[in-house]
Amino acid sequence: MKRRHTLTAITGALTLIGSAATAQTEIQLWHGLGGALGEKVGEIAEGFNASQDDYTVVPTYKGTYTENMTAAIAAFRAGEQPHVVQVFEVGTATMMAAEGAIRRVQGVMEQADIDWNNDAYLPAVKSYYTTTDGDMLSLPFNSSTPVMWYNRDLLDAAGVEDVPQTWDEMFAAADKLQENGHDCAFSFGWQSWVMIENYLAWHDQPIGTQQNGFAGLDTELVFDESEDLTTLLQRIADSQENGTFEYGGRRGDSLPLFTTGECAMWMNSSAYYAGISEQADFEFGQAMLPLNSDVADAPQNSIIGGATLWVLEGHDEAEYQGVAEFFNYLSSPEVQADWHQSTGYVPITTAAYELSQEQGFYEESPGTDTAIKQLSLNEPTENSRGLRFGNYVQVRDVINEELEGVWSGNKTAEEALAAAAERGNALLRDFEAANN
Amino acid sequence: MRTKTVTFRHKWLPYALIAPQIVITLIFFIWPASQALYQSVLRQDAFGLRTDFVGMANFVRLFADDNYINSFVTTISFSAMVAGFSMGIALIMAIMADRVIRRAMVYRTLLIWPYAVAPAVAGVLWWFLFNPTIGIAAYALDGLGYDWNHYRDGGDAMTLIVVASTWRQVSYNFLFFLAGLQAIPRSLTEAAAIDGAGPVKRFVTIQLPLLSPTVFFLIVVNVVYAFFETFGVVHATTSGGPGQATNILVYKVWRDAFEGLNLGSSAAQSVILMVLVIALTAIQFRYIERKVEY
Repeated sequence: MKRRHTLTAITGALTLIGSAATAQTEIQLWHGLGGALGEKVGEIAEGFNASQDDYTVVPTYKGTYTENMTAAIAAFRAGEQPHVVQVFEVGTATMMAAEGAIRRVQGVMEQADIDWNNDAYLPAVKSYYTTTDGDMLSLPFNSSTPVMWYNRDLLDAAGVEDVPQTWDEMFAAADKLQENGHDCAFSFGWQSWVMIENYLAWHDQPIGTQQNGFAGLDTELVFDESEDLTTLLQRIADSQENGTFEYGGRRGDSLPLFTTGECAMWMNSSAYYAGISEQADFEFGQAMLPLNSDVADAPQNSIIGGATLWVLEGHDEAEYQGVAEFFNYLSSPEVQADWHQSTGYVPITTAAYELSQEQGFYEESPGTDTAIKQLSLNEPTENSRGLRFGNYVQVRDVINEELEGVWSGNKTAEEALAAAAERGNALLRDFEAANN
Repeated sequence: MRTKTVTFRHKWLPYALIAPQIVITLIFFIWPASQALYQSVLRQDAFGLRTDFVGMANFVRLFADDNYINSFVTTISFSAMVAGFSMGIALIMAIMADRVIRRAMVYRTLLIWPYAVAPAVAGVLWWFLFNPTIGIAAYALDGLGYDWNHYRDGGDAMTLIVVASTWRQVSYNFLFFLAGLQAIPRSLTEAAAIDGAGPVKRFVTIQLPLLSPTVFFLIVVNVVYAFFETFGVVHATTSGGPGQATNILVYKVWRDAFEGLNLGSSAAQSVILMVLVIALTAIQFRYIERKVEY
């Protein structure tokens, strides 16, 4: 304990020296956005710092989402946590279970001396991060949703005029492409998110019990009970026979399959906009995810991925006023519209979406509103507002592993989904036990 | 047995001399190892807000888990392949380099180079070469009629990490083999040659037996390398997939702790690995220090 006090005294003295020089309160923000996105975060912080004199937001890049979250947790255990940490959507359950470590954004904003209303945020974004009684837990920041990217040149060459809207049309387009001598019709990345979580939300089917985990820790995964999902995944696996589908790895590893023109269509996050624009030397576009017309006449809505900003406990009350003011600045239509237009993430507030419309962004770059249209197709249901499962980073790994068993032909889709649900449920029970 | 004793004039001097080593061992080994031991009997949430003592439960669950057993089997076959290939190739190269007379330094330096490359960098390098879409090696294999895809095929993925890990280790083994070969007196092989033994016969009956201490030492070092230092290669190429095909123990420890935030289970796994490495070190001391009999 003695050593800790000495450390605190030293850091305290250093902070004093720092604040004496600037006379401003520092707000630490740890994030997981590298490269161009990280620079953009820096720009936003600079904009906020220039807009007022009381606070300085200091953004720090801590590695990938996972590394950033682990770093923040380790810092919390050592009593050195930042004020704000960016956490990806599947970390939500872990963060929210950590009562005593986190402070709800709703509380931070209401305590602060500013005018704020959580209705300003898009319903599909807001619903993912609010409690069942409507409290916002963390501030949505960068949200995206999976869309279907397509290679216009390849589709034209094969005589596919309309971009496929259903899975039957997908396979019909694949036949046409093959007649024209092109093997791979489609691929996808982030398969758990795109092919299971979003497929089920899109068709208004549950991923797990207890409202996809929103209503309690005693939730169980039920994605293996969807017969149409099982049939579709099996159909995709079988279509590897003639090369219609090609598996290109986890996360975004399959991106080259699309940008080199090997596969004509690719389902993954709308936030690949910048990357694809840079790499693709063909005409491309984005369309809504295909619908399985055997089970639904129209899609429900897709769910988001991406990250939010969590406020951690353990700082002076006065500093939370600064956090609230920064969040308010971050949510302003101008900042959000700029962020949306340069990155491909969806605008998180209705006002930012409307501002982008007024600025004529969607006429200039057609299709860039696909993501937000998908998200706001309908009022989210219990099945489509998102998911909140504990240990979900590991569950996604399990799903990856089992689906890879299907793509390699070692397992049928039915066996793999059943195994994934069983292994996933064991992880959910662990989480329940550790957090009760 | 007679032991040599050295007497220091000051009583504190020997302690002062070993103090830095003791401090380093305490900070970088004893302290983290005891933390791992302690953590392995706990169940804790990520933030450390709730802690339960669970005894041996973390260990019991590991050994009841097919995936963990599977990871063990994967690690053993992976280590056997890495140690076998890297030592075999290194031995052949060392024998050839040993016979080279002109420009010997150039060959040796080139053969040692890959050891200077960090595992993660080696991983990225091989990732590029074997990327099914853009990799030149995958393209060449495709030309030969083999459809390479380590994202889908577990065998391909295992091949990739074995190749990447072996490539780097060959240099290290080469150094030791070459030094070992050069330590063998020329007169022995020359005498055998005069007696009419051909190069193969000379190698099998003279050089190999004389190299056996080196071989034994390298087996231990290579197994330790394959168990622990290949993390970077796996992390940069396959991330343990597809399925669990390349999920070796050390990668699983990291993933369960830093992605899964399951500190108890991860600590239990590191304790098991710690026991393994202690066993390997004990074998090394017991046999190598006594020298292999020949």
